[in-house]
This record gives sequence, structure tokens and C-alpha cells, in this order.
Amino acid sequence: MTSLSSNTLSRWSTDELLCWSLRGIATIAGAIVILIVVFLIVEALSALQHVGLLRFFTDPSWHPAEGLYNLTPMLWGTLFAMTGSVLIATPLGILSAVFCHYYAPLILARPYRRLIELLAGIPSVVYGFWGLVVMVPLIAEIQPPGPSLLAGILILTIMILPTIALMADASLANVPQQYLRGAAALGLPRWATIRGVVFPAAKSGLFTGVILETGRAIGETMAILMVSGNVVQTPSSVFAPIRTLTANIALEMAYALGDHRAALFVSGLVLMAMIVALVVSAGWISRERMYG
Amino acid sequence: MAETLSRPQNPREWLALVLVWGAAGLVTAVFCWLLGDIVWHGLSHVSWTFLTAPPENAGRRGGIGPILVSTSLILGVCLSVSLPIGIGTAVLLAEFTSNHSLFGRMTRRSLDVLAGVPSIVFGLFGNAFFCKTLGLGFSILSGGLTLACMVLPILIRSTEEGFRAVPTSYRLSAAALGLSRTTTLVHLLLPAAVPGLLVGLVLGVGRAIAETAALIFTSGYVDRMPESLLDSGRALSIHIFDLSMNVSGGDANAYASALVLVIMLLAINGTVSWLAIYGLHRKIVAA
Amino acid sequence: MYQFMCFSRWKACASLASFLIVASLGIPGTGAAQTTTVEKLSGKLVITGASTLAPLIGEIGKRFESLYPKARVDVQTGGSSRGVADVLQGLADIGMVSRAMKDEEKDLHAFPVARDGVGIILHKENCVQALTDEQVVAIYTGKIANWKDVGGKDAPITVVTKAEGRSTLEVFLHYLKLKNTDVKAQVVIGDNEQGVKTVAGNRHAIGYVSIGTAEYDTSQGVPIKLLSVGGVAASTETVKNGTFPISRPLHIVTRTPPVGLTKAFIEYAQSKAVHDIIKQQYFVPLVD
Repeated sequence: MTSLSSNTLSRWSTDELLCWSLRGIATIAGAIVILIVVFLIVEALSALQHVGLLRFFTDPSWHPAEGLYNLTPMLWGTLFAMTGSVLIATPLGILSAVFCHYYAPLILARPYRRLIELLAGIPSVVYGFWGLVVMVPLIAEIQPPGPSLLAGILILTIMILPTIALMADASLANVPQQYLRGAAALGLPRWATIRGVVFPAAKSGLFTGVILETGRAIGETMAILMVSGNVVQTPSSVFAPIRTLTANIALEMAYALGDHRAALFVSGLVLMAMIVALVVSAGWISRERMYG
Repeated sequence: MAETLSRPQNPREWLALVLVWGAAGLVTAVFCWLLGDIVWHGLSHVSWTFLTAPPENAGRRGGIGPILVSTSLILGVCLSVSLPIGIGTAVLLAEFTSNHSLFGRMTRRSLDVLAGVPSIVFGLFGNAFFCKTLGLGFSILSGGLTLACMVLPILIRSTEEGFRAVPTSYRLSAAALGLSRTTTLVHLLLPAAVPGLLVGLVLGVGRAIAETAALIFTSGYVDRMPESLLDSGRALSIHIFDLSMNVSGGDANAYASALVLVIMLLAINGTVSWLAIYGLHRKIVAA
Repeated sequence: MYQFMCFSRWKACASLASFLIVASLGIPGTGAAQTTTVEKLSGKLVITGASTLAPLIGEIGKRFESLYPKARVDVQTGGSSRGVADVLQGLADIGMVSRAMKDEEKDLHAFPVARDGVGIILHKENCVQALTDEQVVAIYTGKIANWKDVGGKDAPITVVTKAEGRSTLEVFLHYLKLKNTDVKAQVVIGDNEQGVKTVAGNRHAIGYVSIGTAEYDTSQGVPIKLLSVGGVAASTETVKNGTFPISRPLHIVTRTPPVGLTKAFIEYAQSKAVHDIIKQQYFVPLVD
């Protein structure tokens, strides 16, 4: 949109060189994902041939040792955990960023930002550990068994919050000062300015943040494995345990052989398909809403 | 900023005020709880010997010296590969390709997908590609390269946002002055995009330093002091995972290691912001 | 500023170049560098496999290194099946397997190094003192879902089991003559410590973990207790003298008959000299 895509300046040879080396670099970056998908398909091939794709969705249950490979409950588990955590984390994260920029006194804003940066780097093991020894027993007091969809959603919320908060923070910082001055000159109150001026101006960044956090929520493994109970079932309430596709891989890969192992790579492929669906629909939405 | 905006007058403004402070308060409370837990349990075990001594008895006793060295090396490899590739790709996507070109669209899509790849899949992939196909074995190099793949999309996305935030007038003025695109990029756009890059760096370092699943299969489990980049080295997060989930009685040292990791991260983030404020900013002004 | 840009580009090229060089040279496979003399052993041993065994073999490896300063023992974790797979593909010299060998793995050379018992654990505040095997079966198949049916309080039972493929699960189910499809659990866990922490955090939970882990945690004040099985108290003692009914062997395996450094290490790992390490890691040394 803002790039200089015309060729009027390309008589400069350094530009040519730069452009081509950048293309080379970008190709490497773009090729990684293809490598990963190829690798997953190669590893999953034996299960796809022996079992067939359809049975991964129609088998009565997930008991790979006995030749039953139903992934659907885990697909739901992943979807529910993802949706729940994104729904909670997005408003919290965006409000956090708004706090930093427009509400907090300067003396609070910086430490608050530092705190969030810190949280982005705490290993998922530590979150999971904390969830397991602190949060899960609390939930067990309300409604046993404790390890549950709710615990998974809460721990995921905490984990993806820094991603959306920092992305939102960066995109709010990029809102031109003139806009704010203009709003102030019109006598708009603070929240009206934020809602009417800041959010529309920052929406591309906010949207990116949401996509990144959703991806993170789908892909998170260790923490969710520790708190969500890992029972293969479609949850009937938020207090029911669930297993996500990622937890399925992490739990069973260590001891899986043959078709079981290949079936876990099929889980990986299903995850990738979910991510691709997310990205494609995000692209579609952003084209409709933002550039349309 | 705050002074220029008027005090809340209507109920909606009041509600927003309460919500924003409430959200910030909630987030702070949860995180203080979590961090407090780590500090409370970990602080008494952290000492100079803990930081320098090798682990003993599977990590129940002893320190984390070699593990800190391995972690830093892995992070170093990761950043020295991912930063150039990341910045390069971001520049290309933001400045040299139009939003609607096929190449730009494909690259951006594939990066978005890459951002969502679960870490355990990265681990299995890294094991198959770097350790086996490229023959690097379980090594710090394999681990660093796997992490580089992992942080790339984060780095690229936020750097790209940084470039997009630079006003078009900069580019137009530069073009009007007859500057080459390389010069425009280096002197105008890159410095202006630094805040975006830094967000990416902080997020990327955070993700890399916190990674467990991807490293177990690539950089490995060996807790000896690494002698070269081709040696296997245990990262801090794997050490924490092993101590808390696999070694009974490792909790105390797991907390202490987590505390060290948090402090390390604080130091890295601090350095990055310091660089941003004092280093690069001065350069921009000078240039 | 020019310098900044050039630098990062240079770095990209350099890192790519080094990447390609390393890739094209290829790092010699494991085991190739082993040399043997009668007196001195040197070279690098790569051992991969079961996470349960990794801390134990790691500690044995450290002591082995101190005896043979030129030898390097690299222990990698990742699971029993990875140990088997890596040994078959020649990626590792020795694999670690935390279960009995399966039929399709019979062509591997397996060397038992230690034993491990599997014990049933409850929360310490649970007033149930003993369960018969039939009661345990009924609980794990969901026929008994409340503690009051087995003499406890009126509270729903939280059944904790292990993930499919884990050897603890196989040993446990084998003893109770159950199939995994019969088990109705509320929580599925991975590693032992996760099981201990889950049961410690839920007063109505029942689970099963490695006895060594549970014994250690009990001694550290973690609120869990071990139940006796078939009238035999669960302890490393009863596992050692063979009276405790649920236990599993811990193996290290090789593809070909071991020679040189590999042979020396396996002999060392099976010798009495490492019994103190085995006990220190809460496993049971084999009776010779």
C-alpha cells in the first residue's frame, strides 16, 4: 500500500542487488514452512495409506494401540481452548495497551510494559507448573476433577496475553500524533478518541496481534498438557477435561511406534490445516474490511 | 498526552476508565502472583555457586553453569541467523513488493502459517532436518537454527508493522530528492522502523528462551559444558522441565532456574530498550 | 547507518555460508570416532531414549567419564520408542528403553540395568487405607465412581491414568488384565512427577506412578500415600526382593553385539559400582 512499487528509481544498481538479495532471503523464510509440511506428510504417509484419512474422523475413539484413530474430540478440544482464550485475552491485551498509552501515568506505564515483556519469555513449563500446583487445585475445589477445559483456557489466556498486548502496544504507538491532537482539538473525551480515532487507525496492527495470538493458542503444548486433563473426549462443560492435538503429540510421541507414530504426525497435519484455515480466513477478512 | 485529554464526563467514559484500569490491575495481579511464586521459592537457592557450578545428581544439587552457557550459545545462533533473514524479509514485504503481488502474498501467508506451527512440530522437524538431513546431530547449532525458524515469523511481522507505520511522506520526499531506494531504506526507513523491530526482538527472544519442546529433540539433554557449537547442550527451559516433571525432588532447583531465566530475560529486554533509546536514536539524529 | 545495514547483510551471507559449509561437509556419524585400546578408551557415545532412564544413565555417564577421561557420554531423552528407532537407524550407539522388549524388537541386544515398581497413590487425606485388585479394576473401569463405595467419604473419584504407549500404563494394565479401551479416566498424564502433583493437588484422586518417585516425594512431605497391592506393601524393598507384583525392567539396547567403548559402558552400567547411583535416582538395582 505505502510501498514504492513503481520502477522509476530502479536505475540504481545497488537497488537491484538489494532487491534480489532480499528476495533470496524471503524465499528462504517462506520455504521453511513448505519444508515442514513436506516433512509432516512424509512421516504421516504410512498412516494415511494404512488407515485412510476418513477414519481419523469416523473411528469410535482414539486408541491407537488397538487401531482406533479418531481425532475429532481433540480437534474440538483445540478449538474450544483456542476460542475461549482468544475471547478473554484479546480485550484484556488491547485494554492493557490502551492503559499503557492513554491512561497510565508515565511512572506506571513503563514498568507495566516491562512486566508484559517479561511474561512473553516465561517458559510454558513454568506456566504449566504454576497452573498444575496453584490453579488446578483451586478449580478442583469448585468442581472436580480440576484439570479441565477451564484450566486450559485460563492458562492459555495468560500465555497469549503478552503477544496481543505487545502487538497492540506497538500499533498504538504508531498512531500519528496529529490524529490525537485533532481529536483533542475537537474536544473529544478520552475513550471516544480511542474508540473513534485510535482503534481504526491501529486496526491492521491489532488484527495482526489477534492472528499471532490465535496461532500461539493453537500451537501451545507443554502448559496445556499439564493442566487440561488430556482425556480424549468432546467436553460437555468447561469443567470437563480435554485433550488438544498438540498435547496428543507431546504425550504419545515418546512411546509411539509404527502406525501410531504416523497417526501423531497426522495430528500435526490437522493442526497445520487449522493454521492454514485461520490464515486464509484472516486474509479474506482483512481484504474485505481493511483494503476493500 | 494524558493532560491534553479531558477528564471523564459521561458514564461511558467512566466505564472505560474502570475497565482499562481493571484490566491492567487484573493482569498485574495474576503476573505478580506468578512471578512472586517463582521468586519466593527460587530466591534462596540462587547464589554465585549456583550460577557457575555444574549440575550434580541429575540437577537436584549443584548449579546451572554449563546450562547457562549452552542457553546463551543457542540464543546467539538463533539471533544471528534470524535477525538478518527476518529484517531482510520484512524490508522486502513492506517496501519492495506490493501488497497484492503473488510473491508477497505467498511469503506472507507462509509466514503466518509458520507462526502457528506448534513447537513440538518444530522439534520433530528440526530433528529430522538439521540433526539428520544436514548431519549436525544433537547440537547447539541444530537447536539455534530450529529456534531461528520459530522466531522468524514473529520478527518479520512486527518489523513489517514497523515499516508500515513510517509515514508515506518520508518515502515521497526521499524519492523527490532522487535518493536511491537503498539509501532511503538505510537512512530513513530502517531507523524509523526500529520500534517495530524491537517488539519483534523482545517477543522472539522471549519465545526462544522459553522454548522446551523444540529443543529436546535438537539441542539435546547433555548438561556438560559445551566445547563447540556442534556439542549437545541443555537449555535452561529443558532443565526446568526435566527438574519439575521428570526428576523427583528437583522442584527447588527448578524454581531457582526459572528465576535465573526471568532475570536473564529482564537483562536482555533492558539492554534492547537501552540500545533503542540511546544507541540507535542518537544515530538517527546524527545521520 | 550504512555500516549497520551492510553489517546485517554480511551477517546473513556469513551465516548462510557457514550453514551450507557445515551441511556439505557433513558431520561424521556417531560411533565412527570410537577407538579402543586395552588401557585407554576414548570417543563419543550417543545414548538416546526413555526420559525415565535419562537422569540415571546421565549420572552413570558422568562417573564413566571420570574413569575414562577421554570418553564422552552424551545422553539424549525423548522416549523409549525414540531410543529403539535411533539405535536401528544408527543415530545412537545405545538406546534406553523403560519397558520389557516387544516381540518386534527381539533382534536388538537388550541389557537390563535396573528395575522400577509401579505403585498406586492416593492423596494423604484420603481415609481409604487399602484397595483390593477388584476394587482398583472397578474404579479404573468406572464401575465405582464414588469413594463411599470403597469405604471412604462421599466424594467422586478422580481417576488419573497415563497416556497411551507409556510403559507404566502397559505394566499396570497388564497386571490388572485390562485393555486401555476399558479405562474411564478423568485425567491423563505424561510423566511421573505430573502424576504426583496431580494427585497431591486433588484430595479425591487415585493414580499410579513409579514407586521410587512416590517414595521420595512422600519422604519430602508431598501429601500422597502409596497403597499396598495384593497385600504387599509398595516400596523399593519389596520391588527388590521380587514380592511386589507390578514392576518393569529398565533396559539399554544396542543393534549389534557391543564392542569397545559401548561394551565397556554397558558392562559398567550393569556392574555393582553403579548401584549407589541407581539407588540415588530412586530405582531398584538388579539382584545378581
